[in-house]
Amino acid sequence: MSKSATSQAAQRKSAMSSLLGGGKTNRILVIVTFMFIPLLLLAVFTYIPFLEMVRFSFFNRTYLDEGTFVGWKNYIDVFSRKDIFGSLIVSVYYMGGAVVQLALALFFASLMVFKAKGSSIYKACMFFPYLICGIAVGFIFKFFYAHGYVLDSILGLFGIPLEDCPLWLQNQNINNIALVATSVWRYTGQNMVLFLGAMMSVDNELYEAASLDGAGRWQQFKYIILPSIKTIIVLNLILSISGSLSAFEPPYVITNGTMGTGTYFVIMNRIAHENQKVGLACAMAIVLLGIIVLCTIGQNLFFKYVFKDGSEDDVTRAERKAAQKAAKLARRGGARVHG
Amino acid sequence: MGKLKHMKLGDWIFNIVQYVMLISASIIALIPVVVCIFTAFKTDAEYQATTPLVLPESFGNFDNFVQAFTKANMLRGFLNTGIVLIVVLVLSILFASMLAYVLDRFRFIGSGLIRNLFMFASLIPGIATQVTVYQIMYNLRLINHLYGYIIVLCGTDIISIYIFLQFFENLPKSLDESAILDGCSYFGVFFKILFPLLKPAIVTSCVLKGVSVYNEYYMSNLYLQSSELKTISTALYTFTGPYGSQYNYICAGVLITILPILVLFLICQKQVYGGMAAGAVKG
Repeated sequence: MSKSATSQAAQRKSAMSSLLGGGKTNRILVIVTFMFIPLLLLAVFTYIPFLEMVRFSFFNRTYLDEGTFVGWKNYIDVFSRKDIFGSLIVSVYYMGGAVVQLALALFFASLMVFKAKGSSIYKACMFFPYLICGIAVGFIFKFFYAHGYVLDSILGLFGIPLEDCPLWLQNQNINNIALVATSVWRYTGQNMVLFLGAMMSVDNELYEAASLDGAGRWQQFKYIILPSIKTIIVLNLILSISGSLSAFEPPYVITNGTMGTGTYFVIMNRIAHENQKVGLACAMAIVLLGIIVLCTIGQNLFFKYVFKDGSEDDVTRAERKAAQKAAKLARRGGARVHG
Repeated sequence: MGKLKHMKLGDWIFNIVQYVMLISASIIALIPVVVCIFTAFKTDAEYQATTPLVLPESFGNFDNFVQAFTKANMLRGFLNTGIVLIVVLVLSILFASMLAYVLDRFRFIGSGLIRNLFMFASLIPGIATQVTVYQIMYNLRLINHLYGYIIVLCGTDIISIYIFLQFFENLPKSLDESAILDGCSYFGVFFKILFPLLKPAIVTSCVLKGVSVYNEYYMSNLYLQSSELKTISTALYTFTGPYGSQYNYICAGVLITILPILVLFLICQKQVYGGMAAGAVKG
């Protein structure tokens, strides 16, 4: 239908161009009216704050007081203050969590590609945590980890007495691992749904042909599934760097960043709104943005050079096409890791 | 023959492993929430006496829910969140689709730049800029007004723009052209011809935007400070104070906030998954 419409339109094209002249004011009018509000909002709530942020980051100021110019001091503080530097260390835990999360998501998505009865139920169960709001996730796991409550009771079922259970949220050796586990719980299902989407974009006949040719599941995984999603995996790994710095709500509710669990955003929130050190908080935000921009550039370079022709000899054209499709999907979307 | 038999055994083992893994993962995903359900139905005495894994005496005890609902003023929270949700969805769909229409259908000086400005904006993490956005909100007298919160939510809406841009790319331009030949203005083309065709994109962006607005905490905490302006997530956050470790109330509160999302998810699973793939651009 659209094909015939196109040819019709082509026929009418000459008539069209003569009409365009008359439509010129209409054209300008529509451009201006349709873009005015979105651009105004973009300027007021994104770019003006952004420029202000750059300016503030060189001042030692509070919300109301303009303060004094301090040069690069705030930036030096970002890397030398113990609490902020500590939060960068904490984010390493979250990156580790992101790797575990991607591995789990990949594992379960692969299991689901090989047909299983009731897979839509498993998928829904694993995905649902993603839709729960961060504050609720915080409360759920505050309860989960509290001494003598859910986790300790579960361990009790396996014969581990309460005295042997560590204080999950107070013990500084493990509390960050416990908090990262909440992130893994929250986002694994969402990652899995994304992977599954990419895997399903491979032509189903490919799997059938492969199994007719006697390819085992491992071979199918290695030669069909993995190539179709390697782009989306790399993309998620890169995104996890900024994602791990942006983790906020669960640690905010569960420990409020005490006992060495403050993520970058939790610390930033405290510095900005409790300590009112607006200049320092702005410098933190700019550093974060710098990291994100670097990641984005790195990601583009990676896709340009490493995946350029993308494939070993054994990747067929169809597979490459699927990989490209996945890449497109990923670049468009991309999983949110943590946050 | 022997090989065939061997493969069948392999299949069998694989199937067992597959089901065991999938079912246990589903159980692990559900346990933290299921335990909350158990706890939310327990009376104070029961809560003190039993471990969280024990079933409540009856699932008919709604006292905790009533308590949580009234003490945290969740009715107000639902009302405010509902108003914000509807207005933000309508406005952001309108703005985003209009912007996407102009950016996709017209080439003019600066159109590329504008596109890039929106793309770059999606890189800036939302919480990071709030330090200075707060100041702007303060100067514009938008703090402590529902409309202020609505405006700031519309202003940070990049997801919907992405979704509509993608959708317009796949709508044939011949539709516009023939309508214009029939004497339609550009406004007419957009509102009469194209907008009705955007339905799938509208559903996707409603689902994504809806979930993110419903779950939004940081900005509503900053910009809606008075108690009668609490949204559902800031209302839930009040449980950190007075109830401390009275988890039977807290769990009830958590379940009340989760319920609407759960219902939405069960009704339109397909759109939710589809939306994830199409527009998981940014928080």
